[in-house]
Amino acid sequence: MSSIDAHLPVLQVVVPLLVAPLVTILRPSGLAWAATTATSFMALMIAVGLTAGALEGDIQRYEVGAWAAPYGIELAVDSFGALLLLILTGASTFALLAGKASLDQQIESGRQPLFFSAWLLVLAGLAGILVSADAFNIFVFMEISSLASYVLIAGGPDRRALPAVFKYLMMGTIGATFYLIGIGLIYMMTGTLNLADIQVRLVDVAGLRPVVVAIGFITVGLGLKAAVFPLHVWLPNAYNFAPHAATVLLAACAAKVSLYVLLTFDFVVLQPVLPEHDPHFGAFLMPLAVLGILAASAVALFEPNLKRLLAFSSVAQIGYILLGASMVSLPGVTASLMHMFNHALAKGALFLAVMCLATRLPSLELDDLAGAAKRMPWTMAAFVVGGLSLIGIPGTAGFTSKWYLISASLEVGGAGGWLLIGVIVTGSLMAVVYIWRVVEAAWFRVPLAEPTEVREAPALMLSVTWLAAAANVYFGLSPWLQTTLASNGARMLLGEAP
Amino acid sequence: MRPETGILLALCVPLVGALLIGLAGRVGPNLRETMTLATATTLIAVVWNLLPEIFAGERPGVTVTEVLPGISIAFQLEPLGMMFACLASGLWLINSIYSIGYMRGNREQHQTRFYVMFSVSLAATMGIALAANLFTLFLFYEMLTLATYPLVAHKGDQATVRSARVYLGVLIVASIGLLLPAVIWTYVLAGTGDFTPGGILAGKIDGPLVGLLLALFVFGAAKAAVMPMHLWLPAAMVAPTPVSALLHAVAVVKAGVFVITKIIVYVFGIDFLFAVPSSGWLTYAAAFTIIAASVVALRQQNLKRLLAYSTIGQLSYIVLASATLKPLAEVGATVHMVAHAFGKITLFFAAGAIYTASKKTELAQLRGIGQRMPWTMAAFTIGALSMIGVPPTGGFVSKWYILAGAFQANNYLVLATIIASTALNAAYFLPIIYMAWFGRDRTPAGQEHGEAPFAAVLALTVTAFLTLAFFAFNQPLVELESQLVSPVPTVMQGN
Amino acid sequence: MNFLGLYNYWVFAVLLMIGFYAVVAKTNLVKKLMGLSLFQAAVFLLYITMGKISGGTAPIIQKGLEDAVFSNPLPQVLILTAIVVGISTTALGLGIIVRINEEYGSIDERDVQESDRR
Repeated sequence: MSSIDAHLPVLQVVVPLLVAPLVTILRPSGLAWAATTATSFMALMIAVGLTAGALEGDIQRYEVGAWAAPYGIELAVDSFGALLLLILTGASTFALLAGKASLDQQIESGRQPLFFSAWLLVLAGLAGILVSADAFNIFVFMEISSLASYVLIAGGPDRRALPAVFKYLMMGTIGATFYLIGIGLIYMMTGTLNLADIQVRLVDVAGLRPVVVAIGFITVGLGLKAAVFPLHVWLPNAYNFAPHAATVLLAACAAKVSLYVLLTFDFVVLQPVLPEHDPHFGAFLMPLAVLGILAASAVALFEPNLKRLLAFSSVAQIGYILLGASMVSLPGVTASLMHMFNHALAKGALFLAVMCLATRLPSLELDDLAGAAKRMPWTMAAFVVGGLSLIGIPGTAGFTSKWYLISASLEVGGAGGWLLIGVIVTGSLMAVVYIWRVVEAAWFRVPLAEPTEVREAPALMLSVTWLAAAANVYFGLSPWLQTTLASNGARMLLGEAP
Repeated sequence: MRPETGILLALCVPLVGALLIGLAGRVGPNLRETMTLATATTLIAVVWNLLPEIFAGERPGVTVTEVLPGISIAFQLEPLGMMFACLASGLWLINSIYSIGYMRGNREQHQTRFYVMFSVSLAATMGIALAANLFTLFLFYEMLTLATYPLVAHKGDQATVRSARVYLGVLIVASIGLLLPAVIWTYVLAGTGDFTPGGILAGKIDGPLVGLLLALFVFGAAKAAVMPMHLWLPAAMVAPTPVSALLHAVAVVKAGVFVITKIIVYVFGIDFLFAVPSSGWLTYAAAFTIIAASVVALRQQNLKRLLAYSTIGQLSYIVLASATLKPLAEVGATVHMVAHAFGKITLFFAAGAIYTASKKTELAQLRGIGQRMPWTMAAFTIGALSMIGVPPTGGFVSKWYILAGAFQANNYLVLATIIASTALNAAYFLPIIYMAWFGRDRTPAGQEHGEAPFAAVLALTVTAFLTLAFFAFNQPLVELESQLVSPVPTVMQGN
Repeated sequence: MNFLGLYNYWVFAVLLMIGFYAVVAKTNLVKKLMGLSLFQAAVFLLYITMGKISGGTAPIIQKGLEDAVFSNPLPQVLILTAIVVGISTTALGLGIIVRINEEYGSIDERDVQESDRR
């Protein structure tokens, strides 16, 4: 390992964190955009480096300031973390590259440097959560990313973003505070905040009741932040009214990072210690996952606005991720982790296509989409590819995780397993319907008004969108990356040797 | 040329062809249609070039990529798939000739999209025919559904879009809701999805679950239109006639019954399935579909809708034959795929020719049309006779084998169904034929018409001739398909 | 007696609930935000309490005092961070309320919803 490789975990956070204040003084706004995009790309490269290490099966540890754990703060990147770092930095880079024209349209140029600074803080915060191996550190990074993402969402021109973001702030803060209470109680019982150390010391804890209470707080808190049904109410409006580029970033990874913390806590820290952990974990989260899939998909069926429709679909997809995890089996957790990656690919491509549409169309109501396919055929074609991946048509990335989910349900066996398959299949079919509503509107509905001059989206935006769509096909036909990372990550979570 | 190369070429030729057709469409219609014909001819050359291998008992295969551990995209030649590939590629050429006449004659819009998607559909069909495992089969099965959607919705008006929605809806719901779980279940049970002579499920599953898995497969492959999964078929009648011909004879419905037959033979294995009582329901389902579809066909007034219900019935002949689970019946199933393809494509070509020449669509309007369009109606007559199963047409041959298979199995339900449905087929086809030749022509003055465009007449004459010729020259096919269920000299190579 | 001995925790719970009630039940956005601050402050109390040991002194090592009972300093340090986070949240929330007031002319949730519905 060369010397720089050893420092990658900390660089992942430090690089965007350091650039963030510098961006605020860059003028004109194009320069700020360039600096942000370059930083984001650098973060992506760091994530690729970390992934390369993770693919070799290492857990890459780093002691901040060379203070040894558990007294110092430890960073650790495993396969699961690397998978999400890839999603995060990739989505950020794609969104920034594609989003220039859209952001120029939505945010006045004088305020853009501030917006980009907030963007980098989101990036640093979320990356910080993913690399930290310290419970309190995770809280701090969670708040950094949340506060910055409130700014991102409120940065758009739509005034309805403001009440939406206020609601998000309320619920997000309550969620984070619940988490804080939880780790406080655990600290009270163990005297440590290092995740690995907590697990070791919990074995010797005599009274487990405060720990159980702590788990309740942590699960609900993180469930709030991850928009687990029925705690998802903040999500649709927040995604809908955010600037389109910010939606791409948030939809691809924000909720998933909270799920990462939830799964890490439950499987790495608590599962080996609590005897009744698995049945309780499954019994609590599986119904929520099932309800989330069915209810959110059903809402998406009738939603007249394209962006809100996709936002509700995100809530449903979080249900799939949770469903896999709540089976507490190797194939189930693998499916869950894979779906994080695949859903990010699919939703990323879809929201990028939405951004293309939004730069040219007056609104994103399905009615106003009428005839869009005639004038923006490439954009709509990319949308269809993303949609097929979301549905889980074979040959796209979405299919691979559906495959794993269904085979995991078959292993559950019995009537319960078949019920789960029924839910997964019903959810997929509802996805067919809501994606097809968009397709029909764009292709076959006759525009009401005389068509205004509508051209194809800007070339850069369109090519990045197509890159994302092509990634859906590539990772559908050759899913080695997410399969390897997900199955290694699942083994690590379940405490099996890789 | 190595057979592996041939397999891959069979998939690539239509795709590359689609690209070239699309590019040529910008230059002009003549170049575009030349491209279509050239692609179709090349495909025939490639596919039929593989025939010697298969007759020699070789089973060459090629694995393209391993998608997930144990799950790969792979192709392999075997008799059933080879038959399907030959049939589809051959009929595509004839269909293309016919399309040119039809599309020009009716001045249809978006012709470039039409030819491009047609070519893509053929690529999907080749993938289905040559797939070596369930995963690959499913992949191309979905691709075919999606590629044919723009063809069905070709006209683009409200009614068409609504019907196309039914088409897509039924097929996607069934394939994701039923077929996909069945495929994954099979992989989980057997640890593999490779098509293996004798099946892969024996000993892995038993009791009522076998019947359930079979049901998931049969209804999941909704393209086979076993009731109640037939709803998409009449809906898809909104498509232009060459598309209907593609749907009914060449690709889509054949893909459905092909999938069912292939799964019964290579995944379950007929001996295993025959020994399990819970698989018996399939015979009843198929028999019900045959009779019910024929009764509904009796009541139709629109020619294309009548043909649609006839197709539903005829497809279930194939399912019924496969479900009889005896070697001769399996041969009958495959022979009927070919015989029905020739006959039904002739009937659809005729229906389209009548529409192009006269805009007539209802049965009542066909009175005396034989004098105006003698070639078309002669071909129609041959096609109809083949549907009924009268010698000397191809339909007779396949019924012969299916009946022989039914005797092998002592299955009197199958016998009774076939006899009853033959009578019903005759009851709805013979009046049309009689009316067309001997009825009094009541075409209003000013709407006089003669034969359809030459390309269309040429195509339907060729298919009518093939229907007749198949009666006499079916021996190579029967020999080939007998390898399906009896051991072949060389062991099938695994991937 | 043990019950009352843990009165710090009781205060924590009560404060938490008062804050939560305000967040959920009030429609005035500023009051909601006040509730949220209270909610966070309650947690500060929890942390401080758990670090305190009866009779413990400040953890400063001096000559001759090596065996004294010290309070755990770490929770206080942690909560210092949490206070910073809380202040930032409150500041941002107030900023958003100012913007809402500019756009909608009201800081009442019902008015805001009403004017968007139209």
